[in-house]
Amino acid sequence: MAKSALLKSSIVKKYWMALTGLFLCLFLAGHLAGNLQLLVPNNALNFNQYALFMTTNPAVKLLSYLTYISILFHAIDGIMLTIQNKKARPVSYAKTNPAANSSLASRNMAVLGTLILVFIATHMVNFWAKMHFDKNMPLMTKEIEVQGNKQKFYVGTQTGQYYPVEQVALVGEKQNPETMMVKQFVIKNGTELYYSQADVKTADLYKDLYKLTLDFFKDPKLGLVFTIFYVFSMLVLAFHLWHGFQSAFQSLGVNSSKLTPLIKFVGKAFSIVVPLLFAIIPIFLHFKK
Amino acid sequence: MSAAKNINITLKIWRQKNANAKGSMETYKLDNVSTASSFLEMLDQLNEQLINEKKEPVAFDHDCREGICGMCSLYINGRAHGPDSGITTCQLHMRMFKDGDTIYIEPWRSKAFPVVKDLVVDRSAFDRIQQAGGFVSVNTSGNTIDANSIPIPKDDADKAFMAAACIGCGACVATCKNGSAMLFVGAKVSQYALLPQGKVEATQRVLNMVRQMDEEGFGNCTNTGACEIECPKGISLENIARMNREYLKASLK
Repeated sequence: MAKSALLKSSIVKKYWMALTGLFLCLFLAGHLAGNLQLLVPNNALNFNQYALFMTTNPAVKLLSYLTYISILFHAIDGIMLTIQNKKARPVSYAKTNPAANSSLASRNMAVLGTLILVFIATHMVNFWAKMHFDKNMPLMTKEIEVQGNKQKFYVGTQTGQYYPVEQVALVGEKQNPETMMVKQFVIKNGTELYYSQADVKTADLYKDLYKLTLDFFKDPKLGLVFTIFYVFSMLVLAFHLWHGFQSAFQSLGVNSSKLTPLIKFVGKAFSIVVPLLFAIIPIFLHFKK
Repeated sequence: MSAAKNINITLKIWRQKNANAKGSMETYKLDNVSTASSFLEMLDQLNEQLINEKKEPVAFDHDCREGICGMCSLYINGRAHGPDSGITTCQLHMRMFKDGDTIYIEPWRSKAFPVVKDLVVDRSAFDRIQQAGGFVSVNTSGNTIDANSIPIPKDDADKAFMAAACIGCGACVATCKNGSAMLFVGAKVSQYALLPQGKVEATQRVLNMVRQMDEEGFGNCTNTGACEIECPKGISLENIARMNREYLKASLK
């Protein structure tokens, strides 16, 4: 980009919009693949293993930073374009007939994008922030029958690591050594299991994103509201993608009688299938027995 | 075709004394308009009536009145060049309207196309974009080579010709919700980009024309496709894509 400023030119702004948009489409496909595991019965362990991988793997971390940057850039670039576009018509028409020449989705990309941004913000507060920063994030437990009694165990990340919940002290729980009731383990740094009397780590525990997600959408008071909001947001996303997917290719200069019909078909299929599959998951979880 | 008849219509027209005046929509009643008359003839009839009433006639652009000069404009009932496709306003006929209709007539609305008077806008921004690069430099010292002596693939020649069909009327800007001029600039870039004569200056052309387009205050393309539908000459969105490709190539050089 020697002769044109990276952001100043109208066309360069469109390239950035298209590139970040298409990258976010890839992100959506990846995110969806992960979420679909929630539909598999008795899949808590697999899902939490997957969640651990997604939050710790260095390559995934790199991709996640790229995703945050893309979302920010896509939003900021979009806001800048919208402001400029509004300025390009200081006096508006008294009578308009936009439906005669353009689709509803294509005319409302900024509004749709803003709604999606609001959804992303709430979504990150509800899941991403809890997974990353919440000290009280639930840890995965499993009920196992021991000599006829059902007992709850914390699950370690190594195969076969189970620790009875009653033997693990809560964070900050005061222990009285004189009562002989000292609990064997204590949790430190959110997920690390230590022996309570020797400062030695014995296991890493799973954060229970599965339970968090299930509880979120099954919440007796707000679960239904959260589910409806999620489904509504996916509808908004569908409209945004309906125009955005094929639009990105046009912005990058890909338009030919051979390719464009294919791109438009794939774009429409993507914009229906991906949001629909996303939306099925909270509905399934909300009504799950 | 059904026989012509006379209709009575109500017109809501943007009136603005000059570039600096504050304009407003004014209402006029016009009776006995023949459905066989063109839209501009109907405006001529209105102006006749206004002159007889000792009122200021409505100023509007027009020239060839056969759809090739690109002079006429008008945003009619929310659409550039009115409710028909593939035509300029001078080719629009009153048979498209019914007795008792109310017709809104407004000037092209764009920061880059300031209103001169009433329905007349200043489209010299397009001229400046053309001057920035919409040409091929030719040696005119007497040994100019005939353009047809360079073989050009038929497909390319056809596409270049279709792009060159743009008459620069500005309907694309007027109808675009963003007031973007990319269909015009795309067509002007394409008509040269497709031909060997245009390749020589291709890099500077696209950079300069896009820079001028941005400086004029046109909006950005969001690919709604409205321009393509309202264009009287059927200029395709493929031309915008080609401009985007040309710009990318030129920027990376």
